[in-house]
Parts: sequence; C-alpha cells; structure tokens
Amino acid sequence: MNLKYDIVIIGAGPAGLAAAVSAKKAGIDKVLIVDRESSAGGILNQCIHNGFGLHKFKEELTGPEYAERYIDLINGTDIKVLLDSCVIDIISSGNEKEVIVLSEEQGLLRISCKAVILAMGCREKNRGNIAIPGSRPAGILTAGFAQKMVNLHGYMPGREVVILGSGDIGLIMARRMSLEGSHVKAVIELQTHPGGLNRNIVQCLQDFDIPLYLSHTISEIRGDRRISSVEVSPVVDRSFPDRTRSFNLDCDTLLLSVGLIPENELSLKAGVQLDNVTRGPIVDGNLMTSVDGIFACGNVLHVHDIVDWVSEEAEYCGRAVASFVKGEIKKGREIPVRTGKMLSYTLPSKVEAGKPAVLSLRVLAPLENLYLCVRTGKDILYKKKFRKIFPSIMQRISLKEVPEDAQYLETYIEN
Amino acid sequence: MPKQFDILVIGAGVVGAAIARELSRYRLSIAVIEKEEDVSFGTSKANSGIIHSGFHSQPGTLKLKLEAAGNRMFDRLSYELEFPFERRGELMVAFSEDELQILHKYYQRGIQNGMTGMELLGRERTLELEPNLNPDILGSLHAPTAGVVGPYEYCFALIENAKANDVEIFLGGKVVGIRKDGAHFEVETDQGESLTGKFIINAAGLYADEIAKLAGMSDFRILPRKGEEYLLDRRVGGLVRKVIFPVPSEKSKGMLVIPTVDGPVMVGPTAVDIESKTDFSTTRTGLEAVFKNAQKMVPAIRATDIITSFVGLRPAATGGDFIIGKTKVKGFINAAGIQSPGLTASPAIAEMIRDILKDEGLKLVKKDNFRPERKGAPKIRPLVEKMDYTAIEKLIAKDRNYSRLVCRCENITEAEIVAAVRSGHTTLDGIKFSARACTGRCQGGFCTSRILDIIHRETGLPIEKISKKGKGSEILLFKK
Repeated sequence: MNLKYDIVIIGAGPAGLAAAVSAKKAGIDKVLIVDRESSAGGILNQCIHNGFGLHKFKEELTGPEYAERYIDLINGTDIKVLLDSCVIDIISSGNEKEVIVLSEEQGLLRISCKAVILAMGCREKNRGNIAIPGSRPAGILTAGFAQKMVNLHGYMPGREVVILGSGDIGLIMARRMSLEGSHVKAVIELQTHPGGLNRNIVQCLQDFDIPLYLSHTISEIRGDRRISSVEVSPVVDRSFPDRTRSFNLDCDTLLLSVGLIPENELSLKAGVQLDNVTRGPIVDGNLMTSVDGIFACGNVLHVHDIVDWVSEEAEYCGRAVASFVKGEIKKGREIPVRTGKMLSYTLPSKVEAGKPAVLSLRVLAPLENLYLCVRTGKDILYKKKFRKIFPSIMQRISLKEVPEDAQYLETYIEN
Repeated sequence: MPKQFDILVIGAGVVGAAIARELSRYRLSIAVIEKEEDVSFGTSKANSGIIHSGFHSQPGTLKLKLEAAGNRMFDRLSYELEFPFERRGELMVAFSEDELQILHKYYQRGIQNGMTGMELLGRERTLELEPNLNPDILGSLHAPTAGVVGPYEYCFALIENAKANDVEIFLGGKVVGIRKDGAHFEVETDQGESLTGKFIINAAGLYADEIAKLAGMSDFRILPRKGEEYLLDRRVGGLVRKVIFPVPSEKSKGMLVIPTVDGPVMVGPTAVDIESKTDFSTTRTGLEAVFKNAQKMVPAIRATDIITSFVGLRPAATGGDFIIGKTKVKGFINAAGIQSPGLTASPAIAEMIRDILKDEGLKLVKKDNFRPERKGAPKIRPLVEKMDYTAIEKLIAKDRNYSRLVCRCENITEAEIVAAVRSGHTTLDGIKFSARACTGRCQGGFCTSRILDIIHRETGLPIEKISKKGKGSEILLFKK
C-alpha cells in the first residue's frame, strides 16, 4: 500500500510526540508518527515513577503522565499515529523519501514524504556487549527490560537482586524492586562516581539502605540454569578487576544498567553518518543529519537524562523540519563546533553564523570549581561558573546569536 | 508397559539427529532420547558451524575419513532439509617459512583424500581474496570445499525430518538405567519413562562414557575440552568471506576468524582441557587469547565489537579419535568421542552406523513413503535485505503474522516465531537457535517480552514457567 505524507516521524516517544506537535504548529499539513509499540509514549510508559516535567510543566509527573500531556495535544489535531508498526527502511531519491513500514494492521506500507525525523530512542547495553566472564544462566536482565516486565506486565524477575551500574535506570530499579518486595543486595558501579542523578542516589539507594560499591565490577557470573551468585571485585586503573580482593554475593537476579546506545540501525541503513562519541547522527544547527531531509532528535541523537530537554530539542527539530519542508531554510554560513579538553562531546557539530544556537554537551569526568565557556577566537560568548559538574548531567547552552564573522565555536573548561 | 522400538538413539545432538534421520529411511521404529528440554542443547549448540575441508585430521583416523566423506554430503542435505549452508572456502594462513612448509603437508593430505580444488597461494593472491588479512602473511592454503553452516538449524532440520518420517523424540528425560533382557535392551529415564529397543546407539556426547557404563562398559572416558567463542557485531560482518585458520597446533585447529552463515563474524575457539562436564564459563584469559590470535590474522578485529560469547565443551574421548562401532555388548553401538570434525562428519557417521547395524543383523528395508524433504518457515530477513517488497507482500498475504516484526535487530517476524514454537521449541534458547531472534545487537532486549507472549499464547504455558533452556532457568520468577 502506498501512502503520502509531508513528514514521517519514526518513534512516538517523548521526542517524536513533541516534534510532531511542533511541526504541526509550524504549519505542516500531513504529519505521520510510526511506532512499533501498541501505544504512544515510548519508554515513558514504563517509567511509573515521578520526577518528569519539573522544568517543562513545573510539576512532578510520572512518565505516563508526561507522555499523556503530548498525546492529548496530538489528539486535538489530525496528526496520524500508526502503532504496532516497524520501519524497516528509509530510501532517499532526490527530494523524496520513501519510508517502508511493516504494519501489523495494514501489512507492508510504502510511505513517501518530504522529510523524516528519526526519534527511535536508545537500546540498552547488555551482558554480551561488556563480556562479563562466567556462565550464561537465566536471571540476567537489562534494567529496562526488567522495568517493562515489572511495571507493564506484572512479573518479577527474582527475589535476591544485584544491580550492575548506577545510572538512573539502575537506581530507579533498585527502588522499584525493593518496593515490590525483592531484596536488592547491592548496586555495583565501575566508575569512581555514581552514574545517575544525585536525587536518585538519595531516594533510591540511601532511603532503602542499599549499599553502593563504587570502583567495583562484576568479575564473574556463576550459576548453571539460573544465576546463583556474582563475584564482585574492586577495580584497578578504572577497569581491571582485582580478583584477590573480591567477594561473592548470592543472588537469583542480576540487573544490568551499563549504558544506553542510541538505536541507529535504521539511520545507518538510510546512509546517515554517525558520531563516534555520541553514537548518534552528526547534525547541523537545524538537527539535520548528513542526509538531506532526515533529521534527528531525542535519545537517538544523543542520550539525554531529563525528558524536558528531549521535548525542547524535539520542538526545535519540529520547527526546523517545518522550515525545511516549506523551503524556508536559508542556510547561512556554517561553522564547526569544537570540543575542548575534559568535555566528551558538543552537539550539534556545526552551527550557522548569525543565528541563535543551542549547544548540548557533557563533561568527561566529575569536576569542581570551574567555568564552562564558549568562545569564538578571542571572544567569549558564554561563561558559567560551576562548583561541581558531573558527566551524568547534560549541559545546555543557549546562545542568542553566533557572531556573523565567527569562524568556529569552541566549548571548553577553565579553572 | 514400556514403549517398544527397534532402535533407541541416546542423544539428540547433530550425531544422534543425523543417525535418526538416516535410519528413518527404513522400515524401523526409532526413538531418540534426549535429556535436555530441546534437541541440540548439548555440545551441538556451541558449535563453530564449520564444515571442514577434509585435511585437518590425522591420516588413518576415522576423523579424517568421515570428515572427507561428510563434507561432500552437505550440498544435498542443505537442499533437502533447508538449513543455511554456504561453501565459502577456507584459508589456512602462514606467517613464516616453517608455517609455509606445514601448509604443503596439509595440501598433500587434502589431495590424498580426494578434496578437490585445493591450492597453495602466495601473499598477493591471498590478500586479493581476503583484503582484510594481515599484510605480514606470507601465503595460504586455500580449500574451497570448506563451508559454514547453521549448526542448530541443521540439527533441528534433521530432527524435524526424522519426526516427519515417524521417528519419536523423547525430550527432558535423562537415561539412568540400561538393562539387557535377552535380545532387547530396556532403558529407563529419570522421568520414569521406560523404552525397549533391539539396538542402542550411544550418541550421548559429553555423557557417552556414562551411558556406556550403564550398559556395563568402561572402555573409554570423555575428556571435556572447553572452547570459548565470541560473536561480533553484524556491522563488521564483511571483514572476511572465508573461514580463516592459523597453522594449527597439536591440541586444536587453532583460534579462527569465522564468517558465520548468518552474517556476523565469530572468533575463537580456545581449547582447554577441563575436568568438569558442566563448566560453561567464559574467562578473561580466554577472551584475551581469542582476540590476540584473531587480530594477528585480521588486524581490524576489536574486542569492543563483541555482542555475545558462549562456551562449548568438546566431548573428546581417550585415544583422541571417534569411537564408532559395535561393542562387547551385542546391540550396543557407540557413536562417541565426536569432537571436531564431528559436525562435518555427522552425515557420514550416520551412514557408517547404518552399515554397522546391517552387519549386526538388522534388516534394512527402504520405506516407500520416506519424505527426504523438509521445508523451513520462510524468512523475511533476506527479503528485507534485498528490498524485495513484492515478495514480502506475498508472504503477508499468505500469513498475516509476517507483518508483525518481533526481533528488530535481525528482522524476524511473529510468523517465524510461531513456526518455531509449533516445531516444538518452547524455550527462549530453542527459539533463539531456530528462529534466530535474540541473537542481534540488543540480545533480546526488545523482543523477549513479545516472544514470551507468543509462547504463552501458542502453548498455554504461564509466563513464569517459560524458561531460557529448561526447568530451573525461568526468565521471570513469579507473577506480582
């Protein structure tokens, strides 16, 4: 079946939903969102804890409530949402894009459009990726998968739980599993500092007396059919387990919260270039990828920690895509954005001189007493003091205008 | 009243499955007894998936004879049974003059065994064939008859075809007693199942010595040899086309770079003798050894590309060769010690067993209604790769479940999962091995919940009873 839309958005999570609303508001006629799940909302649907929307809505909403705000906005429009449908390819030819979809309801669909927004989110790093030595028993789950089964399907993975990784998902699941009656014995973290937000360390670990072992890793998994224990070792030199000082934790469940990877299989198929650091598409100041007419926003572009910023980024993207479709994007002079020492990346990698810009970045390691700055040549465009800054919190810098004559931008740290 | 059969095959790995299928051509009642929840769950699921080219083993051994014979049988088998098999060829590469000499030796051996097309190549031609090899390579032995195969798909296809030809499969019960009662054997499992047979074929892999012991014999021991394998991301799947071997050592063929028939590159295996028959742990030292060796041959290989790893235990027997033949207990026949090149040899082993049975007085009368062909469920992945949307539409028109994508990473649809469940695979590992879901980058992160729902819907099994590989390995422990 052949269909025609102006914009196709891949993913009905917070990024896709916000981008759709924004594109519609900016005057785009036919907007379609495609999602492989049975309901819109993306990962938010399984995040039943609150803490979402503090910035956007000045309220503490749960994940589903936050999603509902956008779903309500969409319900008031003619934006079409196609659920239970998986995009299997994006083909570009000239100015048209063709999105190929396998839809449970409608079979194979070939949808032509003028622009595509990638909003597929992330997938979780798993045991295989990090090659934890030991056996391969049942009882090892990624934290997000466990969250889905516990919160949406009503099944508990186990009773004696160890969690590897202190990113937010691991911390949230430590609390969730405890609330559901399991015994969470420990959270093990490879780095010297926790991976997630401080409020989660307090509300998920400290409030539940769950010990956090920093600079430790799991050096072996034991168990035949089901996991029976893990060997935990302190790490030397940031990654090498020192098994002479290891200890065992008996458990029947190991949850892995060891990193998120933007899910860009489809992007690669569409010929989009990815950035090695963010693992997401390389984009310009309009969040357009290396393929004309394909844009990206949200976790698929780079991993976010706060959904409010996902919505902002997606809204920006929706407006940019609308301009693109209307033929109104006048590309100014593009200049590169450089990332200085102790910063892991800056997004986007190019901006336009003479226009406003929003930069997102993360530091490489926890730092204290510094200035976060943006300069072009000798001109300092932005300087903010930080007493403490963490890699787990994405920084966003709004520049009213990149100087007309700027040759480059550089983000950097100053003591 | 015990169930009565002509033949009892103990073990449903590739050897037991090949034997069962071969014997199902004849008017015989055959039972296969497998202790795991599914077939191929022992050593056969951890196989490297290589069809060897008939020169690796020592001359004068059963291994070599059956490797060469078995190799020739795979084109027909894969056509009849529809499992993935490609004759890609292999390159054994040499880094020194001494190693080049050894290549000559293998070249001669291959020719003596009638393996066609073998050639010794210089450095340039080697690098032309495989541009990603280490440029320090001096030359290679090219054996075009080597191939890659899906080991569990092969095993499943054999069993499915055997079942279609009236073989009965008993899963989930371990043989704990063998009694000879006149001209019959009576076999008991730990599930209380009792079967009788005129002949027993011992294809019990790691436990072949224990099965022989139950029948009163202790002529050999199984000495497990552990092998760790590491699967790389599909993204680097194009690094090699042929199987890349180093010049082997005494103990093993060496650590290889294998282009699996599915696409991703696999590296390994190690070869370490161990005591335990249940130690399936991967190790840090194993990983380091595998990658050191792999990178020597293909420098672009990185440990950061690993998506998963696994361990197999080779059931090497004392003496080192296959132990195939009749024993002092009349009617008890061994097909034991089948380590590498066991997969390659398996169809030839099956024919050898058939001949032994004939010698032992079994009447082999061909069935008129033997069905040699087995059709697998159509797969959507190759169609997606080829962008053949018309073919996809045709599949969907025949079966709506082809429009429901379950495994995003590998493009596997609900139709294929349902086909796997209906063929008898009700564990996640069984579905993984037959339909290939959960084998991609996300390792089941997205598809597992859907697969659980499908298994539940098709079999009625409560979600909390669905397991990874049998009882005790349930995915979720309890309902809230």
